[in-house]
Amino acid sequence: MNFDDTPQEAEFRATARAWIDANAPKQYEDELRKSSLGRTVLKNADILEVAKAWQKKKADAGWACLHWPKEYGGRGSSPIERVIWQQEEGPFGQLSRMFIIGHGMCGPTMMAFAREEHKRTYLPPLASGEKVWCQLFSEPAGGSDVAGLRTRAEKDGDDWVINGQKIWTSGAHYSDYGILLTRTDPTVPKHKGLTMFFLDMKSPGVEVRPIKQASGASDFNEVYFTNVRIPDHQRLGEVGDGWNVSLTTLMNERSAIGAAVSTGFPELFEYCSSLVLDDGPAIEDPAVRSKLANWAVKASGLKYTSMRAISALSKGERPGPENSIGKLVAGSMIQDVATYALDLQGASGVISGEDAELAGRFQAMLLRAPGTRVEGGTDEIMRNIIAERVLGLPGDIRVDKDVPFNKIPTKGRG
Amino acid sequence: MNFDFSDDQKQLRDQARKFLAEKCSPKAVRVVLDGKAPYDKELWKGLAEMGFLGVAFPEEFGGAGAGHLELCVIAEEMGRANAPVPFSSTVYLAAEALLIAGTDAQKKKWLPAIASGEAIGTLALFEGKGNPSPKNVKLTAANGVLNGVKKPVADGAIADFAVVAARTGSSGRDSDISLFLVDLKAGRAEVKSLTNLDPTRGQAEITFKDCKAEPLGAAGDGWSILTQVLDRAAVLCAFEQVGGSDRALEMGRDYALDRIAFGRQIGSFQAVKHMLADMYVSATLARSNSYYGAWALSTNAAELPEAAAAARISATQAFQHCAKNNIQVHGGMGFTWEFDCHMYYRRANAMALGLGSLTYWEDQLIDRMRKKNAA
Repeated sequence: MNFDDTPQEAEFRATARAWIDANAPKQYEDELRKSSLGRTVLKNADILEVAKAWQKKKADAGWACLHWPKEYGGRGSSPIERVIWQQEEGPFGQLSRMFIIGHGMCGPTMMAFAREEHKRTYLPPLASGEKVWCQLFSEPAGGSDVAGLRTRAEKDGDDWVINGQKIWTSGAHYSDYGILLTRTDPTVPKHKGLTMFFLDMKSPGVEVRPIKQASGASDFNEVYFTNVRIPDHQRLGEVGDGWNVSLTTLMNERSAIGAAVSTGFPELFEYCSSLVLDDGPAIEDPAVRSKLANWAVKASGLKYTSMRAISALSKGERPGPENSIGKLVAGSMIQDVATYALDLQGASGVISGEDAELAGRFQAMLLRAPGTRVEGGTDEIMRNIIAERVLGLPGDIRVDKDVPFNKIPTKGRG
Repeated sequence: MNFDFSDDQKQLRDQARKFLAEKCSPKAVRVVLDGKAPYDKELWKGLAEMGFLGVAFPEEFGGAGAGHLELCVIAEEMGRANAPVPFSSTVYLAAEALLIAGTDAQKKKWLPAIASGEAIGTLALFEGKGNPSPKNVKLTAANGVLNGVKKPVADGAIADFAVVAARTGSSGRDSDISLFLVDLKAGRAEVKSLTNLDPTRGQAEITFKDCKAEPLGAAGDGWSILTQVLDRAAVLCAFEQVGGSDRALEMGRDYALDRIAFGRQIGSFQAVKHMLADMYVSATLARSNSYYGAWALSTNAAELPEAAAAARISATQAFQHCAKNNIQVHGGMGFTWEFDCHMYYRRANAMALGLGSLTYWEDQLIDRMRKKNAA
């Protein structure tokens, strides 16, 4: 057991640090450092443009998507080098959140299932942030029941014709491409009639409508498909094998999101360290200390759990369902942390935005937090995954399991 | 960076697990639980023969000359088996105090005796209510003679010697406290067994009346040595707690698969599945925090105080959480004496108090994090 860098790791760290120091967009450092879940925004710049510029610069110098193979725009780095890079990138890493779906989920799915020429065409501009990708899985009637989706793909010559609707699609409004899960055979049980594709989001018949969220922001969209044509060579995996393809995406999604979800703890600890309550400094209040200590060990537990996973990865083991822990724990924790930070502010905690304490950092966190507990699988789905795949408990009883999809009664089915 | 135990250490863990599965069955634990013996002497002897008691001692003191990472993996198995032996009091507390502060002669006298299973040691720190604090040490030492009462003292009734915290000054500073070694079999220490939450590991009251003692470490260094001992023990106990958490989780999982109600395995109900998933989550977070503590302990890193407190809190919470929900999964059967669930529930709650309460460690953690941030 060793936490120190090996000589090679130390050298890699020094090289990365020097490059970041010379190239990072320092003018945004302070704003990025202060941003937390719910408000990665820049006052005087378009965050997408800043993120794209930083990503392109990284890609040109060989620092984009470190763990991807070089021929697809990556660096072929080890999992530990990737961690070192993240540590050194610090607040500038916030900018890569704009690409998390593409880099974390679409890229790995393309790598596993796309044709070689497509990988070479589409992956490098995805790695460099020039093209942004989204993931079109969820549907209004689907939710956690992803395999219950209804968007149809029907073969017409060498093309497939798509009709239907997706929802909760992060970043669809600025995405260039997407991976799309469709139903190609409604006469077989639901998991067996699915097929995956990738498509150009500018294709005729694709319409993106942003959704205004509870937080007031619009990160998600509805996407409508009306006779959208996708050539068969853009199919990922076999016809009818879409569920297996999507499992690759979802597994990557959970580790990508799980590793990226902040807990809110560093922000709360910093806040309590300077906050003065009626009876003195917050950090000296026993009740505050107890709360902080409880969250501190969750935050450190998550950190070291992911380091254990990385150690396993670097020995060639595959990431397992235990990675579901990150999102499950961090999701509800950030909600509790934000609630508590506002509690400490007393009556003034109700004020949000620029007029609030710390420019409304915790208020924004509070309003964004419910989404974290749902996106990429709800807390309940995460617990099911742990219970079934880690602990080996029986699966939920699924009355629709062996029933042809078109015979499953569904309220509101069109 | 490599955040895992080595293959050799994992092998040692397997060896310890196998040994304990054979020699420390729930049936064997029950002999002590039911009050038929104060501890499992056979098991203690066996642990000595396996080299587990002195695994982290230098070879010159009768040990295996391995390190604290090796002790951590053994500790995990001791917790998993709920071993009814004075392992934590002797190995984590008394021996660590000797390793940190003992003279060569003191180490030569006691460490080989511990390693061979001949001597049981303990730390006599507490004096009734309250957490570790210099102001809670009232027992006095003057001219090498102790007067006062310690309770609870873990395994005090079976211990051959004790490391005793005593007041040697009245300045109001930490330097008022000094440590002493007392041979409990040499008279003038009255020992009384106390009933306690976990009968598989005894507790005692020890009255020192004009009791001769020899200093351990320099006069006035007692509190700083104790702090180090408690931090090290916090990491080692955390591994016992992680082992206990895992076992309680396994018991709950196995029962949920086995037990049929309403025509289904109860493990197919989401309420039960999710309870078990939450147990897995808390056990995993505790394990990860404990690994960090193990690294800090084995390298004597500057991060040890913070890492030890985090491991302590996380593992205490996880063991309590897993032990109580294991009973819940078992339903009424879990509340019977006959089922083993209560042994882990008892151990979890007793261990939560042994080195100072959860509240105490929460306070310590925040203090240490503040110091680090200020530095």
